[in-house]
Amino acid sequence: MENLRYEYPATRPVPQRAHVGVVGSGDLEILLSPSESQHAEVVIRTSVDGYEHVWKSVLDRFFSRYDGAARLELNDFGATPGVVMLRLAEAVEASEGDAT
Amino acid sequence: MNASRGQIWFDALTSNEHPASGNEGPIRSADAPLGDTTARFITVVPDPHNRFPRATDNVVGLEQGWLLARAVRNAMEADRDAPVKRPIVAIVDVKSQAYGRREELLGVHLACAAGVDAYASARLAGHPVIALIVGPAMSGAFLAHGYQANRIVALDASGIAVHAMGKEAAARVTRRSVEGLDELGDRVLPMSYKMSAYAKLGLLHELIAGIDADAPGREDIDRVQSSLIAAIDDARKGPRDLSSRLQSADAKRIRAASIEVRKRMAEQWDAS
Amino acid sequence: MSGHETFIAQHSFIELTARERARALLDAGSFRELIGPFDRLESPWLAMQDVVCQADDGAVIARGTLGGEAAVIAAIEPAFQGGSIGEVSGAKIAAALEMAVREFEAGRRIRPVILFETGGVRLQEANLGLAVIAEIQAAIVALRRYVPVVGVIGGMVGCFGGMSLAAALCTRLIMTRQARLGMNGPEVIEQEAGVEELDSRDRRLIWSMIGGEQRAAVGLVDTLVEDDTDQVRDAVLSAFASGVPASHRTEQVDAQLERLARVDPAAIDPAVLRTLWQGEV
Repeated sequence: MENLRYEYPATRPVPQRAHVGVVGSGDLEILLSPSESQHAEVVIRTSVDGYEHVWKSVLDRFFSRYDGAARLELNDFGATPGVVMLRLAEAVEASEGDAT
Repeated sequence: MNASRGQIWFDALTSNEHPASGNEGPIRSADAPLGDTTARFITVVPDPHNRFPRATDNVVGLEQGWLLARAVRNAMEADRDAPVKRPIVAIVDVKSQAYGRREELLGVHLACAAGVDAYASARLAGHPVIALIVGPAMSGAFLAHGYQANRIVALDASGIAVHAMGKEAAARVTRRSVEGLDELGDRVLPMSYKMSAYAKLGLLHELIAGIDADAPGREDIDRVQSSLIAAIDDARKGPRDLSSRLQSADAKRIRAASIEVRKRMAEQWDAS
Repeated sequence: MSGHETFIAQHSFIELTARERARALLDAGSFRELIGPFDRLESPWLAMQDVVCQADDGAVIARGTLGGEAAVIAAIEPAFQGGSIGEVSGAKIAAALEMAVREFEAGRRIRPVILFETGGVRLQEANLGLAVIAEIQAAIVALRRYVPVVGVIGGMVGCFGGMSLAAALCTRLIMTRQARLGMNGPEVIEQEAGVEELDSRDRRLIWSMIGGEQRAAVGLVDTLVEDDTDQVRDAVLSAFASGVPASHRTEQVDAQLERLARVDPAAIDPAVLRTLWQGEV
């Protein structure tokens, strides 16, 4: 199990918190809430070791389009980059969209 | 065949004085003096002639579950109009539930639930229910016979363990050796097979050391009876639910999460 | 409707997560989660064993209304650790049921529903998982004196282990044909008793023994439903409408022992059992 942490710049606050996903095999859950600081911060707990570079490239791609000051907590059980991107998009949609 | 721990302690505590059930079949049930009261003692024993071939050991299978329920409910019925309900002592020596295809087909889950219901209902009706662990207290069998008790008392001796899964099976499932499992249990308290570790979970009222579990002498029996009497008195003073399990110093330390859950559930229950 | 909402409207109950199932069963707009993911009450025991936690520990507790009446639903998430019960997930379910008992003691009413999707005790939490299941069972017995405790077994994990006993304590059990209800998983039976006793890979045999259709046919479960959220909801509402029965299955000791006595262990199979126990509850 690995714990990873990243920070990214942000330009605006997060409208509302959101939660998506489950910690099932090949999946992950994401808790999105307003960051305590002016940056976005990502905290990852993952069951699969040794993929730090993959996480970084996925997050770099995500934050190239997302600029909210979000705290993102990812609890991952071996999701592929594709599933991670999907869940990140879902989390943002839930955060920015109508209240569910 | 040597007598089982359950049979040994049943005989020791009841002297087979007034058997409420016969001496055949998988359940022994009798009323016997305990201090200045009369208690119903109930245990499960091996039953080599059980109709179900996978239920001949000290296990809770189809017949055991329903017969346990009957033994408990007989006591409840007898005391229905009594102002003071007799204590019920579950002498626990059950290595597992019965594993078998007939058991699954015929609803062993319901038979075990009947045991759960009977003991819980007796407790709710005001009977002090005490579990006395003298052998294994495993998994679904312990749920059916003992885990609904107001107070749980255990002997600290070899062959006594509380757990959700037998060691060999757990070692296979976790892909460890049995020694590896012991080491894991030392690090992760709820996974330990040791009674000293189980005691730290806050669920045990008393762990009685220094008892000869296989051949109890007069002093051993007196000692255990005293513990049972104290547990009964303590149970009578408290509520009829299981809330006492979260009140000891051990529980506050080791089951802080369980306590926090109750606290937050109460805080969030009504919309703010 | 968004694409997501259209998908949900296709009615499969099994494909929904625990949270979605609770939301779908409660009256529209009434769902309010208690101790949700943002409370971050996680398992104290998994991280030290290198297992990643889920923020709600795999149990969703939601209040709302059911048919206009106050209700509370405990839904177990099968995707996380096979729906297995740990200290926190079990405590959430027990606490919700205990609060429901307090409602009745205060002169109010509430409708409790449990969505069973669980393999039983989470082995990594062994003795605490077992202990909290005993607490759940205690709460069900206390609560069902006041109101039906309604259980739903949707599949595909089914309901096994100590939680199968909790299910059997429920006033009414609703099951899909895809689901299974048993005390020991088929793999465990095979491991303990050998493949001659039970071949856990024989899916047809397994479902014929412990699947929803068989369980309903022999009176171990009250209502068989298709994998359809509307059907599940209707069955749940109907269960509450029936009220608290004169006695529960687990209290019917003489009747159940008599049923068992009809069985010849040397010549019993699912089809024979249906003739012996036809439709009795």
